[in-house]
Amino acid sequence: MYIIDRRLNPKGKSLSNRQRFIKRAKNEIKEAVDEAIKSRKISNMDGSERIRIPAGGLHEPRFMGDPKKGKRDRVLPGNRDFVAGDKIKRPPPQGGGQGGSEASEEGEGEDSFQFTLTRDEFLDIFFDDMELPDFIKTSIKQTTAKEFYRAGYKREGSPSNLNLKLTMRNSLARRLCLRRPTREEIEELEGRITSLRAKKKPSVKDKKKLESLLNELEVKQRRRKIVSYIDPIDVRYSSFDEIERPNTQAVMFCLMDVSGSMSEMHKELAKRFFMLLHLFLKRQYSKVDIVFIRHTHHASEVDEDTFFHSRETGGTIVSTALEVMQQVIQDRYSPEDWNIYAAQASDGDNLNSDNATCQKLLRDVLLPACQFFAYVEIWDVHEAEIFRDDSNTTRLWQTYDELRSSNKNFAIKRITKPGDIFPVLKDLFAKDKIMEDV
Amino acid sequence: MVATKKKAPKETSATKTVSKKSADKSSLLFETAEWDFKKIDSTFQAIEQIAIEEMGLNVYPTQIEVITSEQMLDAYSAIGMPLMYSHWSFGKSFVRDDVMYRKGFTGLAYEIVINSNPCLCYIMEENSMTMQALVMAHAAFGHNHFFKNNHLFKQWSDAGAILDYLQFAKNYIAKCEERYGVDEVEKILDSAHALRDQGVDRFTRPLELDDAQVQKRELERLEYEQSQYNEIWRTLPEVEKAPESERSQLESQLAQKLGLPESNILYFLEKNSPILSHWQCEILRIVRSIAQYFYPQKQTKMMNEGCACFVHYHIMNRLHEKGQISEGTMLEFIDFHSRVVAQPAYDHPHFSGINPYALGFAMMKDIERICENPTDEDREWFPHIAGNNKAIETLCDAWANFRDESFILQYLSPHLMREFRLFNLSDNMKNPYMSIDSIHNETGYRAIRSALAAQYSIANMDLDFQVSHVDLHGDRTLTITHTMNNEIPLEEKEAKMVLAHLHRLWGYDITLKSVDPLTDKVEQEIKG
Repeated sequence: MYIIDRRLNPKGKSLSNRQRFIKRAKNEIKEAVDEAIKSRKISNMDGSERIRIPAGGLHEPRFMGDPKKGKRDRVLPGNRDFVAGDKIKRPPPQGGGQGGSEASEEGEGEDSFQFTLTRDEFLDIFFDDMELPDFIKTSIKQTTAKEFYRAGYKREGSPSNLNLKLTMRNSLARRLCLRRPTREEIEELEGRITSLRAKKKPSVKDKKKLESLLNELEVKQRRRKIVSYIDPIDVRYSSFDEIERPNTQAVMFCLMDVSGSMSEMHKELAKRFFMLLHLFLKRQYSKVDIVFIRHTHHASEVDEDTFFHSRETGGTIVSTALEVMQQVIQDRYSPEDWNIYAAQASDGDNLNSDNATCQKLLRDVLLPACQFFAYVEIWDVHEAEIFRDDSNTTRLWQTYDELRSSNKNFAIKRITKPGDIFPVLKDLFAKDKIMEDV
Repeated sequence: MVATKKKAPKETSATKTVSKKSADKSSLLFETAEWDFKKIDSTFQAIEQIAIEEMGLNVYPTQIEVITSEQMLDAYSAIGMPLMYSHWSFGKSFVRDDVMYRKGFTGLAYEIVINSNPCLCYIMEENSMTMQALVMAHAAFGHNHFFKNNHLFKQWSDAGAILDYLQFAKNYIAKCEERYGVDEVEKILDSAHALRDQGVDRFTRPLELDDAQVQKRELERLEYEQSQYNEIWRTLPEVEKAPESERSQLESQLAQKLGLPESNILYFLEKNSPILSHWQCEILRIVRSIAQYFYPQKQTKMMNEGCACFVHYHIMNRLHEKGQISEGTMLEFIDFHSRVVAQPAYDHPHFSGINPYALGFAMMKDIERICENPTDEDREWFPHIAGNNKAIETLCDAWANFRDESFILQYLSPHLMREFRLFNLSDNMKNPYMSIDSIHNETGYRAIRSALAAQYSIANMDLDFQVSHVDLHGDRTLTITHTMNNEIPLEEKEAKMVLAHLHRLWGYDITLKSVDPLTDKVEQEIKG
């Protein structure tokens, strides 16, 4: 007998079958997911979802006998008061009675099929036909950044990359091998020569000695000349290679007007919009920072809670928020290292004289730095009904609208109710939209 | 694969409280509910001693594999096999089991045992030590003995080769997917799965599985196909010219060439389909080979479980008698055991047919009783075994030589029929009522016994199909005859869907006829 502990075996043996199943049931699942999204709180997007799908395409047919026809004998246990020859009414085909419970369970299974999608599967399907604008084009380029990394040593290079330690080590080794005389050796030799010469009456022996020492000194000095202290073959340079590393961090700026004209309803809608965008970014990037900037007639960077919940009064100057954003980008999020996304929510109010400033800021500074800038204008349902026509637009909208044609990474939309958010984002990100634009 | 599927066990706290009473603590194999590999090993050896030396069971070597509940769910979806090719339908059953388990509607099996050599037993990590002992006795000895000795398994499934074959099948299908695309392979598998109940050899013993041979055969098949003239592709109209009398003679010759009538539809398609290429044929073969492997399981479910339950019951009791398990362990075991072999009455909310564990175990215990303490009635009904005092030998003989149907016919005693209070409900859909044909009394015993046996017969479990005719001179229409049993026609909606799959494999029209064997009348005709 062998005992094998299989518990540590790789998990997810059924994963590929599960994926095949989901692929097979794609259409049904997609419908069910869309249905689920409608009823689901967006703030709760990050979870698994139990869905029920019609079993149509998933049915595995088999030949079987028609349960409503023919003759059957059934031996059953637990007789209490039947005797042979008794006649009893046939129980209704569905539910209860003999073996009925099993049959009805199966019958149910035929109509629909219920199971739980994991969070990832759910979101995958949710985001299925959403893509970031120009994602394919720009992201491939811009989500990678060049980076240097140490890659050993080489014999050639620029002097600034000279690796002193290694060069000196090579030099020392070479000098030892080739027995380059050290300065101490020569000094010692010279010392002895001087002391010999200093003798007033040198003997014959001394003279001979002096001669041999002089010879030795000459040899050593020559050797010292030939074997250089640092030879070109000792020199090593640190080597650096350039690699393309995906730039997997993104920062998302949430800009919102919190002046008195923004009601709770407006803020609620804005919040959902931000969350959905955030969720989307979280899937694309391993690290997503969020910066909250609120503004009235002046703007400030705040934490999330303050952003959504605290009240402030004042006028409305949108450009202040854009300036703060510009400042934050400069200080902390350089466009080379970060993918910058911005989402702005407003009711469209702005100080008229400010619109030109906004346009300039966006066009010259922010839009070139951003991967994507989305502006949603939140309207009351009543407002929207009255001003259904697009020609009835706010000044801010008009200002922004002018930018739209020249900037592909800029999108503006108007929303009135929670139900609009998903279509708006879908519209913002849908591949087709981009294809048209391109 | 046989799975013990029952509700989750209750708390095992009883183990500790009562164990103090046992006389000699030192002889206990284990005391607490926690298991470890050492305990499993020593318990296995104690069980083995009883099973082999005392009971004389004959088993394959065992390989015990400890798995987690997630892995158990994985095993479920792959119809219990350790390896399986990929197909969406396994994913479907996986997500369904997953939901059922997580919602708490069903518990998971405590073990899965695979009819292979060596015999693989999967045991769950969350079982208590008592449960581990129980499932080892149940699976590693009960089922294992049954697999090795029952004549059906010996004849119809090849325990030594199944794992290799599954490996071959998995690789082969993966290769096909690489080469011909996942979708193409999926189509063939879908269609083959729809017909897998009709892919079993019932009358001739299947060839042994040997993946080396399989690969050789595949090559041969390729060459053969290229060289072979296929009757189906005949375009010369020579037969048309022949006179009527010769024509029918030629027809029958052709039918013989095609091996008609053929009850194994998948086999027929594999050999004769005009549109399938060789890899598609091989996939059909894989599907039917696996169906064939499970064919004996279907026919011996009740006996197999009965045998395993009897063995675990016997072994656990012996362990207790020998002082190797504590009173508490015994209580936990009895609590679990009695739930497994419970048989709710027909009108009980939990009733879902006759519980194979209940009937199987009761019949085994009843045989033991007849062998050891027979009544006069038993002597009259079972003169050959009553009072022979060789219960285990008698049972081993039954386990080796019978299947559910014949076992019931041979061994179901009046005593047990009374105990189960069996009655036979006859349900003719033509009548507005159902009638009680017989009950557990003197006049009813034999009728009930035959009726119950018939319930386990192949005729009742499987439908009877035959490929009966191929129109070789016309449009190659394939005719399949369904011989009706008890005047039960086919469910038409399902049948039409299966015919669509059949059409995909045959490529030409199909006619499905349901014939009543008593009148020879065609009662139902479906075209596809």
